[in-house]
Amino acid sequence: MSDTDALIGNTDQKRRQFLKTSVGAAAVAVAPGMLLFDMAHGKSEPVSGKVRWGMLIDTAKCKDGCDDCVKACNKENGLSGGLSPTDSQWIRKVELKDMRSGRELALPMMCQHCAEPPCVDVCPTGSSFKRADGIVLVDKHICIGCRYCMMACPYKARSFVHEPLHDQKPDVPRGRGTVESCTMCVHRVDKGEQPACAEGCKNKSIMFGNLNDPESEISRKIRTVASVQIRADLGLNTGIHYQGL
Amino acid sequence: MQARTFNRNEPLYFYALIAVGLLVLLAGLYAAHMMEEHGHIITGMNNQIVWGMPHVFAIFMIVAASGVLNIASIGSVFGKAAYKGRGPLAGMLSIALLAGGLFVLMLDLGRPDRIIVAATHYNVTSVFAWNILLYSGLFTFVALYMWSLMERRMNPWIKPAGLIVFAWRIILTTGTGLIFAFLVARQAYASPILPPMFLVMSFAWGMAVFFIVQSAMYSWNGKIQDPVLLSRMKNLLGIFVLGALYLVAVYHLTNLYFARQTSFEHFILIDGGIYPWLFWGGYVLLGSALPLLLIFTPGLNGPRSVLFASILTILGAFSMLYVFIIGGQAFPLDIFPGYEVKSSFGDGQIGLYHPSHWEFLLGFGGLSIAFLITTIGVRALNFVPQDKTYAVDKRASD
Repeated sequence: MSDTDALIGNTDQKRRQFLKTSVGAAAVAVAPGMLLFDMAHGKSEPVSGKVRWGMLIDTAKCKDGCDDCVKACNKENGLSGGLSPTDSQWIRKVELKDMRSGRELALPMMCQHCAEPPCVDVCPTGSSFKRADGIVLVDKHICIGCRYCMMACPYKARSFVHEPLHDQKPDVPRGRGTVESCTMCVHRVDKGEQPACAEGCKNKSIMFGNLNDPESEISRKIRTVASVQIRADLGLNTGIHYQGL
Repeated sequence: MQARTFNRNEPLYFYALIAVGLLVLLAGLYAAHMMEEHGHIITGMNNQIVWGMPHVFAIFMIVAASGVLNIASIGSVFGKAAYKGRGPLAGMLSIALLAGGLFVLMLDLGRPDRIIVAATHYNVTSVFAWNILLYSGLFTFVALYMWSLMERRMNPWIKPAGLIVFAWRIILTTGTGLIFAFLVARQAYASPILPPMFLVMSFAWGMAVFFIVQSAMYSWNGKIQDPVLLSRMKNLLGIFVLGALYLVAVYHLTNLYFARQTSFEHFILIDGGIYPWLFWGGYVLLGSALPLLLIFTPGLNGPRSVLFASILTILGAFSMLYVFIIGGQAFPLDIFPGYEVKSSFGDGQIGLYHPSHWEFLLGFGGLSIAFLITTIGVRALNFVPQDKTYAVDKRASD
């Protein structure tokens, strides 16, 4: 009998040991995943419609020939910076000359993050979408690459990825055969930071902020200075405003 | 109708045609594979000209797929006996052309592997998404219509099936026109005249395709087309070509009237390089005036000149679509009205586009799908129009 008791005790101990090791191994295996899962998902609360992100661009401060915003965007989002008609340009410097007065100015041009975006209306799969906080994005997983959004955009803001991509930034997923455009650096904005172009502009020409908060710096400025939305006649209510145009 | 003696080489010719069709299809698939492998960089398309040669082919075939149903509608909806015998052929050609057009459209996508996404994720505000429904609906309704025509027990359903097909094709081509009409910011496109313009163009192009196939079938079988019927049908083609020309003229004239559109019209009609050439030479002269002359000049209206007029109409269609789709994108967007604009992204500049051979191969691949379906269909099923009784009756009553 005692032999049997000893055997049972031994088995119990082994079983306990086995369970302990298994739990430990499972924890070691799952923990980094959980951590990464958490990191990948960022903040758990959804974006709020109470916020509308936007920009006010002061063209008087935007210097001719300076392209710091373009460089900052390319660096942040892993764009090649190539200027051929098949390269992606999420932000570009546009030089303007008034045909009547001859007045010259320059300004940065990117996705205008419309409140009524035509790209979202025309997208067959719903890949082009607007977040509750007004940022217009492309869901790279369901974009089929039909380019109808590029036909519909009044601002020529979108680019099609014509070639296979290498060395992408983990925060900025892109994909060959899909359409892309300025994301207003959504990955930075969600962390409470400024978009790369606004931060990279040493002339402080680009002001970023919440258009829905009447007390935000951008809202106060828009109340006090004359600013316009580009092609306001189309009634798209863009999130990017320009001063001095 | 007279029948020549049976040609014993006929099966050989048939298989030779199929082999040629398959070879072209293979080349089209290879082009699609290359575009998948290397990206759209190997095509001539870019961030300014986002839709290129494949779209010219695809839209031609989709528009003609609706137009070719003219014959079916006239026979089954408007009750013209002579056209009834041609209903099945019209239905099959419609399916063949639509399949060819969709083949090109799908394989030109940046991610053709995700085509299933287009079925599982549906954005109700997108006219593209509506068109996906319209295309699958056309396949279904035309198939049902052909069944009602070709299966004796289903004959009572010919009229309702014909009516549905008639309504559906009108909506489908309206949808094709709307793809462009809804592009609010593009000088070339945002116009409510585009859906009716596409509709009448579909009548003309579909009729032309039908004539070519009908002529080929008659000559293959050693038969001669009934001159009375031919004369009626070619007059119809003439009216459609004229109608399309009229709507294209109205489209340009209204644009010319709007001050903000004059520079665009100047580009397309006068100094835009290849585009005015294709518009005036390709579409107006070769694709409209010459066919009209061939159709309406007394004494010139034999089967050969009708065939020639049809071929020219199709050449005109390709010219017209090239000018409309590619010329329309080449002209820069007016983002800053009143300003001269310059940038690294082609703002204010005419977009350059040189179609690559891959795009042509893909386009011809689509045409070969339509060709193969037609050739095999015509041989496997009885699509040859049976005019005999009608023609005799007609002559007797004349």
